[in-house]
Amino acid sequence: MLLIQDIHAETDGKKILKGVNLEIKAGEVHAIMGPNGSGKSTLALVLAGREEYEVTQGRITFFGKNLLELSPEDRAHEGMFLAFQYPVEIPGVSTTQFIKTAVNENRKYHGEAPLDAVAFLKLMKEKMRLVDMDQSLLTRSMNEGFSGGEKKRNEIFQMAMLEPSLAILDETDSGLDIDALRIVAKGVNTLRNENRAILLITHYQRLLEYIVPDFVHVLYNGQIVRSGTKDLALELEEKGYDFIREESESSVSATQPENISKT
Amino acid sequence: MKDELSTLQQTVLKDYKYGFVTDIETDTVPKGLNEDVIRLISAKKKEPDWMLEWRLKAYAGWLKMEEPKWPNVAYPPIDYQDIIYYAAPQQKPSLNSIDDLDPELKRTFDKLGISLEEQKRLSGVAVDVVMDSVSVATSFKKQLEEIGIIFCSMGEAIQNHPELVKKYLGSVVPMTDNYFAALNSAVFTDGSFCYIPKGVRCPMELSTYFRINAENTGQFERTLIIAEDESYVSYLEGCTAPMRDENQLHAAVVELVALEKAEIKYSTVQNWYPGDKEGHGGIYNFVTKRGICQGYRSKISWTQVETGSAITWKYPSVILKGDSSIGEFYSIALTNNYQQADTGTKMIHLGKNTKSRIVSKGISAGFSNNSYRGLVRASKWATNARNYSQCDSLLLGDRCGAHTFPYIEVKNNSSVVEHEATTSKIGEDQLFYCKQRGIDSETAVALIVNGFAREVMNQLPMEFAVEAQKLLAINLEGSVG
Repeated sequence: MLLIQDIHAETDGKKILKGVNLEIKAGEVHAIMGPNGSGKSTLALVLAGREEYEVTQGRITFFGKNLLELSPEDRAHEGMFLAFQYPVEIPGVSTTQFIKTAVNENRKYHGEAPLDAVAFLKLMKEKMRLVDMDQSLLTRSMNEGFSGGEKKRNEIFQMAMLEPSLAILDETDSGLDIDALRIVAKGVNTLRNENRAILLITHYQRLLEYIVPDFVHVLYNGQIVRSGTKDLALELEEKGYDFIREESESSVSATQPENISKT
Repeated sequence: MKDELSTLQQTVLKDYKYGFVTDIETDTVPKGLNEDVIRLISAKKKEPDWMLEWRLKAYAGWLKMEEPKWPNVAYPPIDYQDIIYYAAPQQKPSLNSIDDLDPELKRTFDKLGISLEEQKRLSGVAVDVVMDSVSVATSFKKQLEEIGIIFCSMGEAIQNHPELVKKYLGSVVPMTDNYFAALNSAVFTDGSFCYIPKGVRCPMELSTYFRINAENTGQFERTLIIAEDESYVSYLEGCTAPMRDENQLHAAVVELVALEKAEIKYSTVQNWYPGDKEGHGGIYNFVTKRGICQGYRSKISWTQVETGSAITWKYPSVILKGDSSIGEFYSIALTNNYQQADTGTKMIHLGKNTKSRIVSKGISAGFSNNSYRGLVRASKWATNARNYSQCDSLLLGDRCGAHTFPYIEVKNNSSVVEHEATTSKIGEDQLFYCKQRGIDSETAVALIVNGFAREVMNQLPMEFAVEAQKLLAINLEGSVG
C-alpha cells in the first residue's frame, strides 16, 4: 500500500529525515517510536503533504501512485488520514458541518453523490458510538473549547467517518488520561481490518498495550535504526532510548577510525 | 509569491457575473450639474413645484459643503461635472403590469436571477426594480394595496401620495445632513417608497433591486419606508452594475420611520461592481442610511452584506427616540483586491431604556482595506440605555488591512456600553487541517469565512442568506494562493 524509499526531508534548511525506508501493507499495524526530535512527526507531515517540509531525495508510492506529486487534499481522497497531534480549532464552523464537508468532498472525488442530511446523520450517530463522542460536541465549533481528550476523540471520530485505507496517528496518546486512552484505542481497534493499515507514532510504549502493532520501528536521528515486533517496544520501555542512542553512536564511532585509516 | 498574485488576479474579473451591459435606448440629460439640470430632471418626472423647490434648496446647500475627508479611504477627486445625473431606459410611458415591460429589460433581470413574473415567484417577495434613474417595475402591487400597504417607486409616491412624502422626506436624513446626502436630495431620481398602515404585518418581503446600466451616469436613489403603529415590514435591497473601467458614483439615501411598537427590518446585499484586480473601475458607494425609532418600543434592524463596490462609505444608523426602542446593526463587509470599505453604524440613544446591538464582521483579502467605524451615543435623557458592540475582523493573507474606529459618548451614569473586538487570521494550520481531510483551500476558506460570518447571516431572510453565502465564497475565490 505504502512504500517509502530513502526519504530525505528538511525544513528551514534543517535536515530532519535522512533516508527513511518503510513498507506498509494492507491490514498491518506499524508503530514508529523514538525520542523527541528524532523526526517522527515530520514523517507524518511529509506523508500528509505539509508544504513546509521539503522532500529533497527519495520516493513514496501510495497504491502505486507517486504520493509526492499529489496535493494534500488528493492524498486524503486517495485514502490517507492523519490524526493530528495538535488538532486545530476552527471557530464558527460546527463539527457536523466540517465533517459533512469533508465526507462530501471525498465522495465528490470518487464521483459519488453527496450524502443527504438523513443518511449523513445516521452515519454520524453510528460512528459516534465508537468513540463515545458526546452529541453536544457536534453542534459546537470544531475543536473550540474541547478538552485534550475530546479533541483526540474527534480525530478518531473523523477517521471513522472518512474510512481511510491508511490512518496515521501522530502521538494520539499524548495528553490522554488512561480512560481517554482506552476509549481512543477501542475506537481504533474497531476500525482495524484487513484492508486498512495503521501507522502509530508514539513516544511511549503505553499506547501499544492497547493497540497491539504487528511491527515496531525505532526512528532515531532521521533514520529507522531498528525494526522488530512488539517485543522491541517492551525492550525500549525497559532500557529507555539511551541504549538506542549508545548503539547508534557507537556504530558511528566504530566505523569512523576505519574510514579515517582508509583515507 | 508570483503564484499567489496570479491566483489573486483571477478573482473578481472572472467571478463578477453581473458585469454585462443591456443594449437598450436610454433617455439621458446632459452631463454636469447645475440648476437647469435639476429643473430638467424634475420636469422629466413631472414633479410638483414643492418637490423642485426642495431639490433646489438642497442643491444650494450642497454647493456650500465639502466632500468628507475623514473616511479611511483614498480615491482621486471626483469631477461632479463629468457625471450624467439622469438616465432612463426608454419604454412605454406607463405600465399597468409587468407583462408590458420591454422584453429586453425582462431578459436583463432574468439574467440577474430576478424573476419579475409575479406568478412564478413562489418565495413571495414583492420587487421594485430600479434601472439607472427610474423604477421600471413593481410586482405584487395590487395584492399589497388590498391590505393598505403602499409599495411603489418614489416617483409615483410624489405624484400619488404627496402628503406622506412631504411629511417624511428628509425627516430622518435632513437634506443637508452631509455632502452626499445633499447631492442626493438635489438630484435623486427614483427609489422605493413603502407605507405600512397601522397594525398591518406585511405578509411578504418587500424588495428593491437596483441596477446601474448606462455609462457615465451616477445613481442617486432615495428610499423611504414608514411603518405606522404596531406594523411590521421586512425589506430587502440588492444591487449590481456592469464592469467598466471608469468609476461610477452611487449616492443613495434611505430613510426609515418606525412609529409606536412598529418594526422595520432592512436587509442589504450590496454587490456593485468592485473594480478589476488592479483596482481600476468599480462603483463608489457613498450611502446615507438612517432610521428613527420614533415611537415607544419601536424597533429598527439593519443587516448588510457588503461585498461589492470599489469604495464603500456607509453607516446605517438608528436614532432611538422612543422609550424602550431597539436598534440593531448586523454587518458583513468583505473586501478583496484593492477594494476599500469604511463602514459601520451610529446608535443614538435619546429615549429611556433604549437598547442597541452592533455585530460587525469584516473580512479583508488581497490588498484591500476594511474599516469599522461606529458611534454609540447615550444622551443625558437616555437613562438605562444599553449597547453591546462586537467587531470582529478576519484577515486573509498579509497585505490587507483591518481597522476599528469605535466612538463612545455617554452623557448619563445609568447607561451601559460594552464593546468587544477581535482580529484573527486564517492560518496555515487551519488550511492544512482542512486539506488533510480532503477539503481544498477554496472550499476551506469559504467554510471558515461563512463560519465567521454566521451570526450575521442568520439575521438575513432565508432566500437571501443562501445567495449571500454564495456571494462570499465567489468574492474570495483565489484569495488564498
